[in-house]
Amino acid sequence: MVTKTAIELKVNGESHKLDVFPMSRLLDVLREDLRLTGTKEGCGEGECGACTVILNGQIVNSCLVPVAQVAGAEITTIEGVADGDQLHAVQQAFIEHGGAQCGICTPGMILAAVDLLERHPAPSEADIRIGLAGNLCRCTGYMKIFESVVRACQK
Amino acid sequence: MRGYVPSYELTTPASLDEALALIANEPGTWKPFAGGTDLMVLLEAGKLPHRNYVNIWPLRELRGIQITNDHVTLGALTTYTEVQTNDVLRREFPMLCQAASETGGLAIQNRGTLGGNIVNASPAADSPPALLAYDAELELVSSAGSRWIPYDGFHTGYKEMDMRANELLSRIRLTRATAELQHYYRKVGTRKAQAISKVCFAAVTRVEAGRVADVRIALGSIAPIVLRCKQTENAIRDKNLDETTVRLARETLMREIAPIDDVRSTADYRLRVAANLLVDFLVKLRS
Repeated sequence: MVTKTAIELKVNGESHKLDVFPMSRLLDVLREDLRLTGTKEGCGEGECGACTVILNGQIVNSCLVPVAQVAGAEITTIEGVADGDQLHAVQQAFIEHGGAQCGICTPGMILAAVDLLERHPAPSEADIRIGLAGNLCRCTGYMKIFESVVRACQK
Repeated sequence: MRGYVPSYELTTPASLDEALALIANEPGTWKPFAGGTDLMVLLEAGKLPHRNYVNIWPLRELRGIQITNDHVTLGALTTYTEVQTNDVLRREFPMLCQAASETGGLAIQNRGTLGGNIVNASPAADSPPALLAYDAELELVSSAGSRWIPYDGFHTGYKEMDMRANELLSRIRLTRATAELQHYYRKVGTRKAQAISKVCFAAVTRVEAGRVADVRIALGSIAPIVLRCKQTENAIRDKNLDETTVRLARETLMREIAPIDDVRSTADYRLRVAANLLVDFLVKLRS
């Protein structure tokens, strides 16, 4: 049995000190230790993107990141996307254009779109498809999601 | 069922030297853990029998892309995202960039590393066919020193490698070409993103006056290891690209590879697709 170690990390701008098993999944630490249940678990093997978070400026599947590797890191989850009561343009567009149905893929989808718009403020259709390629949705057929991202860029 | 997390050690050394000392002092006890895109999948499935890992992800010594007049040298922890955004690689080693762009999705590409793709030693990995076709070399380091070896020959059997328990893969070196080359890379999977290959084909060629002056071909998912297909190359090298060459090369390739039936495809389909890709490659080369 391995002992827990102390790590520090910053989530949505807030610093945390946690005692964790080094191989704990970042996903579980966010959901269970920090009670940030906006990040969802889908497949648990890096195929579906439901657990997407932004880690030091890049999207990752939090189910594939052991927490020992995020010591000192800055993480943004879906809870940190809005600015107070002001929704991010991507969130607003998902609401207005029906980008969400059951909601399980939505947090990951939105973080992938937020990351895409930070790298490509005016993405092409191909850029959007590549940016969201790692995020699976079983409800929408993707067109409403795609349209929401297109509309978010126009704001 | 998921592996029991408290039974796994993941220790973070302060430097490469410290990591090498750790794996040298307790041979076989410690294995490297990089971006985790393969190992965490096994953990989730309860199929990660080894328990003690060295967290090499933060080691700066294993990062970065160095460019000299003759070589491009990539740290083993170079991610697929870093591969795709390097201008020299995009210009001179486009198959490697294409392989990186067709592996997983962006979240995987931000974490998956070239070194991990090599030492995970899956015969279905996407960058190894490109690396073999580019005649890559590998640097293996240990606390006793380092050695450079050709990548061709590194995989000795299914998940077996010419690598000692006290060694880490540290760098991958590509030789920059002086002549103009033709590059052909095709990954065939169930969908464009997030799919594991059914067949992967990489070929680099130098054509002079309609004749194939040099060719290197490597395929993935068609044998226990990613395979450099030298018999097929010999059927093409120094030949004119006529119908006879195409037919003989196709027959040679079908004898040289040995695909199997598994969860992703069948031996028959893989054999046929590999042969079709070879023909497509040769026909495109001719035009």
